[in-house]
Amino acid sequence: MSRLSGFTNRWLVFLTALVLWQLATAASDNVFFPTPWQIIHHGWSLWFTTADGGFGLSDSIFEDVLPSTARAVGGWAIAAAIGITLGAALGRSRTGMQYVEPLFAFFRALPSPALLPVFIGLIGIGSDMKLSLIAFSCIWPVLMNTVDGVRSVDSVKTDTARSFGTPRTQWVAMVVLPAALPKIFAGLRLSLSIAVILMVVSELVGESSGIGANLVDAKAAFDFLSMWAWIVLIGIIGYVLNLALLAVERRALRWQPTRAAVASAKQTTKAGG
Amino acid sequence: MPTMLEVRGLAHRYGSYAAVENLSFTVAEDELACIVGPSGCGKSTLLRCVAGLIKPTAGGVTLHGDPVDGVPADLAVVFQDYSRSLFPWLSVRGNVEFPLRTRVSNRTERRKRAEEALAWVGLEAAGSKYPWQLSGGMQQRVSIARALACKPALLLMDEPFASVDAQTRADLEDLLLRVRREHGSTVLLVTHDIDESVYLGDRVLVLSKSPASIVADLTVTLPAQRDQIATRGSARFVELRTEIARLLHDRPGAPPPPNAANSDALAAERFLAAEREEARQQSSH
Ligand SMILES: Nc1ncnc2c1ncn2[C@@H]1O[C@H](COP(=O)(O)OP(=O)(O)OP(=O)(O)O)[C@@H](O)[C@H]1O
Ligand SMILES: [Mg+2]
Repeated sequence: MSRLSGFTNRWLVFLTALVLWQLATAASDNVFFPTPWQIIHHGWSLWFTTADGGFGLSDSIFEDVLPSTARAVGGWAIAAAIGITLGAALGRSRTGMQYVEPLFAFFRALPSPALLPVFIGLIGIGSDMKLSLIAFSCIWPVLMNTVDGVRSVDSVKTDTARSFGTPRTQWVAMVVLPAALPKIFAGLRLSLSIAVILMVVSELVGESSGIGANLVDAKAAFDFLSMWAWIVLIGIIGYVLNLALLAVERRALRWQPTRAAVASAKQTTKAGG
Repeated sequence: MPTMLEVRGLAHRYGSYAAVENLSFTVAEDELACIVGPSGCGKSTLLRCVAGLIKPTAGGVTLHGDPVDGVPADLAVVFQDYSRSLFPWLSVRGNVEFPLRTRVSNRTERRKRAEEALAWVGLEAAGSKYPWQLSGGMQQRVSIARALACKPALLLMDEPFASVDAQTRADLEDLLLRVRREHGSTVLLVTHDIDESVYLGDRVLVLSKSPASIVADLTVTLPAQRDQIATRGSARFVELRTEIARLLHDRPGAPPPPNAANSDALAAERFLAAEREEARQQSSH
């Protein structure tokens, strides 16, 4: 009952905003602000209409949308693999982190878009550069959160595992990593939004394929309808990716008590004592 | 009866602070020995030395003849803080199977052992639940089942019932007595509760204030079959607990407390020593 109303409330606000946006843009005749309906309509013709005018995935899906999304997800996945492995190793080693901490703090503080020229200089303007830039930017939240997470293993759990003579691999796989998992996921979610940002930023110069490239091209050609359509698409991609990650996270952390369970447990304790 | 555990001349210092000094005792096979002592006297330190979790500064521990160096294979520990000792990401059954992974290679056999151990503590129905879905008393039963599943030669318990309510505590005490009767376990149990030590123990070792040393080794001459009401009301029980209470409270006090500045320095030194100790253990893992 409360879940349902929460759901409708959320979408009610969204729909209201959409309607207001529609009304406001329909009332004005500023070409820079097309109505949402026009944007959706245009997006449909951009991505879901084939060359012969029928329904289907357009070339743009295969030439722009999928390659860009694949780079974002790929770069993020590379960052996740490196970040978790390196973070776990550094976090468990006593001195490792002391050496590299200042270096990491420096890299993390750099706004990644500013590194675009550096990456172009180093790697050139290809897909590799984009992938590397995304991976590089995504690594830091995962890495730092993993370091934090693997360090937070409770001392009683450490003693328990040691008292059973737990071998190292089991110790890492069944104690250290699960204990760090909530923090690791927090890092992964942060990185995912960074990946989407860098997906766009990395395409702002050079070639003319990809979501970001299409966005600047549309702007340069005063094709505001296309520009808005691409912006909406970026929003949808970010939203869907985040939703997918949340589903994975919920599955991986299903051992954690739900918020409702914690609340009801607190209630019983209060009532009992 | 053959000796299971022998502790000889054991001492442990945190920095220059002596927590345990010159402790010697033995525990025979199938015996349940209770260690009772005032809070902070060094009981946990003693137990951690026996478990091989920390290295004593002097003296040694032997478990059925073998000197303890590192964590012995056939030993299990039940910690007071069950909520921190159980792994929340594993189901109840997963928790019990955790130590069996190295001990039983066959999966179905391992599963069977875990189910068996859960049945001993009356939790056969809770195997697929997560620890947080159980009450405190049930959680401590899971950690007891996990320890028993290893069929340890020696079961160490550090104030295992100190964090549950009185009724649960009585139930858990009886559960321990039943399980150890059925399985002939050797148990070394630490408590600060005098009544509990008499109720559970075949023997009670009374420790002094810090640094801990043994002030008395009493054999509990009560019938093997204990009962929460009859046993606790018996004249012999009252006599024993009075004797222990006297031993604990009438001791000529510990050395006079050092002055404040000095004790700050001492505390700092202990803290640093503890950090070093922890660092050493982490690096050794
Ligand atoms: N890691 C440590 N570093 C420094 N001092 C410690 C450490 N652990 C314990 N101590 C000190 O050693 C003494 C004995 O501690 P221990 O935990 O063994 O006592 P205990 O008898 O188990 O106490 P409690 O009844 O509170 O469980 C205490 O004074 C304590 O402050
Ligand atoms: Mg203690």
